[in-house]
Amino acid sequence: MFLINCPYCGERDQSEFSCGGEAHIERPKQPTELSDDQWAEYLFMRKNIKGIQFERWNHIHGCRKWFNIVRDTSNDKIHAVYKMGERPPVK
Amino acid sequence: MSKNLRINKNKFIDQTARISFKFNNKKLYGYKGDTLASALLANDIHLVGRSFKYHRPRGIMTCGSEEPNAIVQISNDPSFTEPNVRATEIELYEGLEAFSQNCWPSVNFDLGGINNFLSPILPAGFYYKTFMWPASFWEKYEFFIRHSAGLGKSPTKPDQDLYDHQYAHCDVLVIGGGISGILSARLSAEKGLNTILIDDKKDLGGSTLYENNDIFKIDNENSNIWLKKQIEDLKKIRNLTIKNRTSVAAFHGYNYLLARENLTDHLSIHERKNKIRQRLWKIRAKKVVIATGAIERPLIFDNNDRPGTILSSSIKKYIDYYGVKTGENISLFTNNDSAYETAISLDKSGVKVKVIIDIRENSNSVLSKQIEKMGIKILRGYTVINTGGYKRIKSFDVKKLSNDGGSVVGEKITYKCDCLGVSGGWTPMVHLFTQSGGKLKFRNSDNVFIPDENKIPSEQISVGSSNGDFELDNVVNNTVKSIKVFLGLDKTNYEQLKIECSKEKQKRNIWLLPSDKPMFKTKPFLDFQNDSTAKDVKLALREGFKSIEHVKRYTTTGMGTDQGKLSNMHALGIIADSTGTNMGELGTTTFRPPYTPLTFGAIVGRNVGEFFDHTRRTAIHNWHVENKAEFENVGQWKRPWYFLKNGENMHQAVQRESKAARESAGILDASTLGKIDIQGIDASEFLNRVYTNAWSKLAIGKCRYGLMLNEDGMVYDDGVTTRLGENHYIMTTTTGGAASVLSKLEDYLQTEWPELNVYLTSVTDQYSTMSICGPNSKKIIKKLIPALDLSDENFPHMSFKNSIIDNVNCRIMRISFTGELSYEINVQSNFALNVWEKCMEAGKEFNITPYGTETMHLLRAEKGFIITGQDTDGTLTPSDLQMDWIIGKKKYDFIGKRSLYRSDTIRDDRKQLVGLLTDDPKEVLEEGSQLIESLEKKPIEMLGHVTSSYFSPNLNKSIALAIVKNGKKLKGKRLIVPMENENINVTITDAVFYDKDNERLNA
Repeated sequence: MFLINCPYCGERDQSEFSCGGEAHIERPKQPTELSDDQWAEYLFMRKNIKGIQFERWNHIHGCRKWFNIVRDTSNDKIHAVYKMGERPPVK
Repeated sequence: MSKNLRINKNKFIDQTARISFKFNNKKLYGYKGDTLASALLANDIHLVGRSFKYHRPRGIMTCGSEEPNAIVQISNDPSFTEPNVRATEIELYEGLEAFSQNCWPSVNFDLGGINNFLSPILPAGFYYKTFMWPASFWEKYEFFIRHSAGLGKSPTKPDQDLYDHQYAHCDVLVIGGGISGILSARLSAEKGLNTILIDDKKDLGGSTLYENNDIFKIDNENSNIWLKKQIEDLKKIRNLTIKNRTSVAAFHGYNYLLARENLTDHLSIHERKNKIRQRLWKIRAKKVVIATGAIERPLIFDNNDRPGTILSSSIKKYIDYYGVKTGENISLFTNNDSAYETAISLDKSGVKVKVIIDIRENSNSVLSKQIEKMGIKILRGYTVINTGGYKRIKSFDVKKLSNDGGSVVGEKITYKCDCLGVSGGWTPMVHLFTQSGGKLKFRNSDNVFIPDENKIPSEQISVGSSNGDFELDNVVNNTVKSIKVFLGLDKTNYEQLKIECSKEKQKRNIWLLPSDKPMFKTKPFLDFQNDSTAKDVKLALREGFKSIEHVKRYTTTGMGTDQGKLSNMHALGIIADSTGTNMGELGTTTFRPPYTPLTFGAIVGRNVGEFFDHTRRTAIHNWHVENKAEFENVGQWKRPWYFLKNGENMHQAVQRESKAARESAGILDASTLGKIDIQGIDASEFLNRVYTNAWSKLAIGKCRYGLMLNEDGMVYDDGVTTRLGENHYIMTTTTGGAASVLSKLEDYLQTEWPELNVYLTSVTDQYSTMSICGPNSKKIIKKLIPALDLSDENFPHMSFKNSIIDNVNCRIMRISFTGELSYEINVQSNFALNVWEKCMEAGKEFNITPYGTETMHLLRAEKGFIITGQDTDGTLTPSDLQMDWIIGKKKYDFIGKRSLYRSDTIRDDRKQLVGLLTDDPKEVLEEGSQLIESLEKKPIEMLGHVTSSYFSPNLNKSIALAIVKNGKKLKGKRLIVPMENENINVTITDAVFYDKDNERLNA
């Protein structure tokens, strides 16, 4: 049960949030121009890193805002939290 | 006849407050401050239970939470009874009733004891090996195994006690109220930090509290007196909270801890009334100090489990704290100095220790000199090789150890005894440290796993003996030193303390002590609760188990309610010795929460009964109750399922409601449907992107049905959305999908399309919806709102009007889920009941019939309308549902569009929605039953399954919807629904059974 520093509300218990999986996977602007393989890459393929991972989180039982975090999945340490659309911190 | 083994000197036990209790129905007495265990021992009762597998007699072995044997059933009241309670932890209260477990007919004569004689044929893995053949017999075996397994009995009635949950936040949490915990808490609190100190006992002080040996001195005072002053000072500090009788169960990441506080278990039953029994604390601490101490190890030798065999430090606590002699003829067996402390304590209380068997060749500490001076006999370099007695230890045999410790030599000496104290050294309690993610390192000098200071996962520190410091000077000095750094203190009052204590100089450790008998003839117990022996561990190794986690599970070592606190270390040691591995490389099994068992009550707290889950009721709910609705749970909502009238059964009620809705008028409370208010200049574009069909051209005041997909092209949700204004829509979703649809839409808005100016608000609870359908619905609306022009020209199907009913503003949509002419009235929820009653009144002359979800489902199935989640399951595309018409082919993009022509979604043998008719029109199929083509060709291919099935009163026949492989092309095909007792013949038809041309919508 980690604490997440929501960029809009501050530090809150993990139980207030839900994880939306890997961050920075942009929905293709022109899906119809993609091959099956390219579309499948967007649709299905996700990383599952042991270590530093960029993730989307939603303060679902709070402000309902989506934002990104940088989390080390091996020890749950959160290295950075940043708003949607902000530039991710360099690895 | 029982003896009184209480000595008359004690400040911890109130000997003026006598308490009566019952053990196995026998009335006994103890005193306030006793545990059940100390009171039993004072009555000379050692035999408390029978072991799990061999049903061997077992007695009290420890004085704390590590107790493997003395676990009892409390009370036989069906709602109050509690199994597996450790007699060493439960405090005595007036009227306590305890019973032995795992024995029949009694603990003294237990038929299961026969397993002890069968033990040669009950080795590790016996059940796995024996009950494998023939496989079909497993069910029969299981019946017997299940009956012989299990320790205590579960309560059969609901728990009447109250349990609480509470959050706590602090700067520093100190776990453990022994000397190192007390020093840590004091240093922290005096620095002004908000501190919580938790201890599982009723008194703070750990083992120093009752240390009466004057060789242990701090600042020229006996250690117990010095500590007592510290505790008194501690209690005066205002920013310190002390929680007694509280056990930390779990230490999670980010310093989140769970602790169970016992509030009433020590009180007599009548004192507990209306009080909270246990409170589960959920603690967030900025910093954590682990000062959980150490547990003494037993020694592993043949028959080391007889009642009367007790950890030496526990004997000391029973005599020094509880004032109870654990026997009258006590000997001690040790590999370290701590048994000497016990001998000295016993001697002071007038109990002469007959002999101390020490496996070490010599020892020249202060303690050993004191022992020698007292004239207590020590046999050095000897080991116990066997014990005698059955329900109580009567004697033990000793022999000299060989130099390498691998065998015994010389003559056997037999000593009589009624209690044997054992000490195999100490194991730091690192459970919480490892639960939090910390890694251990192995210290070879005294064979302990201690926290690795380089692998600490959070702001925490381990101090005292839980960090591997066992001697008083190290405990105090190292605790002060580490806390100073940890809390950033400049100077403390504990810098130059003068500490006197004994220093242990010689060490010798033998995990499995040798015997003069061959291994297979011995029973050196490792896990006393699960009856696994050193023999079993060695067998597992011979059979090829290498990982300690596998050996653990195969032999069940450490898998009892005590989780192997006592002797998991010996199992590891024996594995390391047998395989020639270093224990540090071998590592430990995983320590998992809880540290000690938690009651279910503490886990659930107040979340029981109606608080277990939220119940959502519509504003019209009470009317439904008054009108005899049976309710159906839809998510958290209670929805009327059907309304019973004049002694009907469910089938009759649904048939009546369905007929009435088609023949005259029906009314449905549809308030539970999700409602999302959508506003913003890009609202139309937004809907274009989330629904499969086109929305830009929907005129204000019009409604449209929309289908929403996932990006994988599968149908996700559906509903009607109405354009209320230029930039204002109201979307309806399914009842169950409301929350997830809103989340999904928010996700797209915030992350993929932040350029869209759109705002979403859930208004599900704010608006209530009643749907009036049937050929007379127009007349009823006319009566309710005479001013409204209901002509098809002014108010056609799929449109909406703002109006007023009885001074209440309402939105009326002419939309239909039943295929009948139908109006949906949406009003602010606080007026809903009133408007509903107005509708009932206006509809009276048309026999307006309230109907529930079952009738709604039936009516829509007649029309072949899908229910997402019932007819769909996340694997069906719009095309699979024969809803190609709703795909906006000209639209550039919408959620899931690209997936509609992936290689998998354009296969023509996908499962597709069809209608089914049974040969026998009376036969109603079971939802979920499988569809097959023929019984001849094997293996039989499952072509699909029935998703909805009803008896239609309007068609007077059974109808069903199903998904069938390649179903679109199979109209007219005959299939079989194989059931347990018959095969039902069905024919694939169109999914629309009723009013195919939608004439009734405008009837």
